[in-house]
Amino acid sequence: MNNSIKEPFLHITKRKEMAWQKAWAIRGGMILLALVICAVITASTTELSPLAVYGTMFKGALGSARKVWVLGKELAILLAIALALTPAFRMKFWNLGGEGQVLVGALATAACMIYLGKTLPNAILIPVMFIAAVAAGALWAMIPAYFKAKWNTNETLFTLMMNYVATQLVAYYIIIWESPKGSGKVGIINQNSEAGWLPVIGNNKYLLIILIVAAVTIAMHIYLKYSKHGYELTVVGESQQTARYVGIKVDRVIIRTLFLSGAVCGLTGWLLVSGSDHTITTTLAGGRGFIGVMVAWLAQFNPIAMVASSLLLVFMTRGAQEISTIYGLNQSFGDILTGIILFCIISSEFFINYQIHVRKAAGKEEANV
Amino acid sequence: MFDLVGFIPRAVVQSIPLLLGCTGETISEKAGSLNLGIPGVMYVGAISGVIGSFLYEQSCGGEVSTLPAILIPLCCCLLGSLLMGLLFSFLTVTLRVNQNVTGLAMTTFGIGFGNFFGGSLIKLTGSEVPSIALSATSRVFSKSLPFANDLGWFGKIFLSYGFLTYVAVIIAIIAGFVLKRTRTGLHLRAVGENPATADAAGIPVNKYKYLSVCIGCMIAGLGGLYYVMDYASGVWSNDAFGDRGWLAIALVIFTIWRPNVAIFASILFGGLYIFYLFIPSSSMATKELYKMLPYVVTIIVLVLTSMRNKRESQPPEALGLPYFREER
Repeated sequence: MNNSIKEPFLHITKRKEMAWQKAWAIRGGMILLALVICAVITASTTELSPLAVYGTMFKGALGSARKVWVLGKELAILLAIALALTPAFRMKFWNLGGEGQVLVGALATAACMIYLGKTLPNAILIPVMFIAAVAAGALWAMIPAYFKAKWNTNETLFTLMMNYVATQLVAYYIIIWESPKGSGKVGIINQNSEAGWLPVIGNNKYLLIILIVAAVTIAMHIYLKYSKHGYELTVVGESQQTARYVGIKVDRVIIRTLFLSGAVCGLTGWLLVSGSDHTITTTLAGGRGFIGVMVAWLAQFNPIAMVASSLLLVFMTRGAQEISTIYGLNQSFGDILTGIILFCIISSEFFINYQIHVRKAAGKEEANV
Repeated sequence: MFDLVGFIPRAVVQSIPLLLGCTGETISEKAGSLNLGIPGVMYVGAISGVIGSFLYEQSCGGEVSTLPAILIPLCCCLLGSLLMGLLFSFLTVTLRVNQNVTGLAMTTFGIGFGNFFGGSLIKLTGSEVPSIALSATSRVFSKSLPFANDLGWFGKIFLSYGFLTYVAVIIAIIAGFVLKRTRTGLHLRAVGENPATADAAGIPVNKYKYLSVCIGCMIAGLGGLYYVMDYASGVWSNDAFGDRGWLAIALVIFTIWRPNVAIFASILFGGLYIFYLFIPSSSMATKELYKMLPYVVTIIVLVLTSMRNKRESQPPEALGLPYFREER
């Protein structure tokens, strides 16, 4: 008999809790690595020196007061979607339907603007739009939640499919509402009367959006951290058995949490149509329902950390846009950079959660990394 | 009268990217990997093939010979999608990262990659053509059997397609057979149902997961290649591929994880996708509602299978979960 036991060269074990400073140091290191890779790739396609790449990016993202405001708005919208998805994720409910929930919220808003814009004054119209959008988003998220709670239907796939149902619904209404006829677009809604447009405060039209999202961020943080609801949904996420045992009504928590998740998505749709775009397109959400998933995940579902992770992604996208405009490259350049950053940060989780041991010659192990 | 002979070939042409994507996704889902990166992989597969054949056509000045015109894009496509598959399996199997997040990141990256190179290829290579139109390569890809036209409706419905169409059907049949009837398929499904038990039975879990994701991605990538070379006649336009990748994932559920059912289901989906073109009385707006049909049907299937709760029609038990041996 052969007595020697075959031992793998690398041995991976799960870490116990890692100090948060060290965890964030690893994440920071991976982000730096990602930025270096992005710079090298950009430099090789544009003949810029890697440092100049970030110079250009800074100029593109923060170069003028207007650009800073646009960055702030983009940040707010992405953050709002990520925030919306967070309670569901904490409950381990994969809500990939952010895209669709934002779209139906936007659709409800646009419908109110078009049908009620002439009859109601803004002071009543805007709250009505708000309620309609939130209700629509919430309903869109509660459909999969109901089936999940009742029959354990796979929510990842269900919410994903709901996105495209919403997209086609919007496409349908765009044709009904199109103006001018035959253009295939809705155009700016209520351009002359500005009915249903969010008021401009502090002489910038994006300021109100940013303030609203800031308030939502704080509210969400408090909800998740200090409220009974927040506690219950975390317990459901950790173990449904435990939750049932301590008397939490799991069905009700699932539906309630998704109500909230969809409602905030609907709110984002309202902000987009009423506050910034004043029109509706099928690409209104623009993939942010998915990017939001990653923003939330990168921040470990912590609302405050999400500000940083969405800032990073928005900054890179805006910066890449500038580079691609200057060098006549395709606008999708930003998506490639976003992808690279995501892959790097995603893999950093491995080094935070696991530990690698390298086999020593004598067969004894030594901790590494 | 509904023009069935006109309708079926167009539905089939629509269905092939979906079928390839669906077969690929089924293989990786059966081993427990919910690869939401498939839409991105299909873009990467398509653009890799386009880059390969673009460079080839440029180098030989439009005079292409059949064999390299097929092999070069094919190999580039397989290589591109294989790399995406390796990326996904490295991140989710070796590094045990969440599959949903990885998949979505891959979709973002893949679609960006496709559109970026599709939009900038001409500028990057410094060539002087106005747009990417690989008509010579496309002719080779979409060449049907020479006697197809002589056989009337039979030839039109069954024989009027390029070779990739038949390859797709054969791949689906083989995949269905391997998954259902062979030892390899049994092991693969065991890994997807319960990796810990499979591991205890001596099945190399990680190897199966890697292989299933990579093979699945390569098959899905072919779907992208088919779309550009055959369906779109070699013309690349950004975002033209649209949401077909997601539709392929929907199809996996619709067929309840069975590739041989997918052959017919994909034609059904392809038909639903273009159904609106064949409804004479419908307005532009209702056509948009018809496009919703594939997704609505998928949702209904998803709900029904979960309500009936039959064991054969459930998703693989460990779908989407990472496996770590020491966590048992």
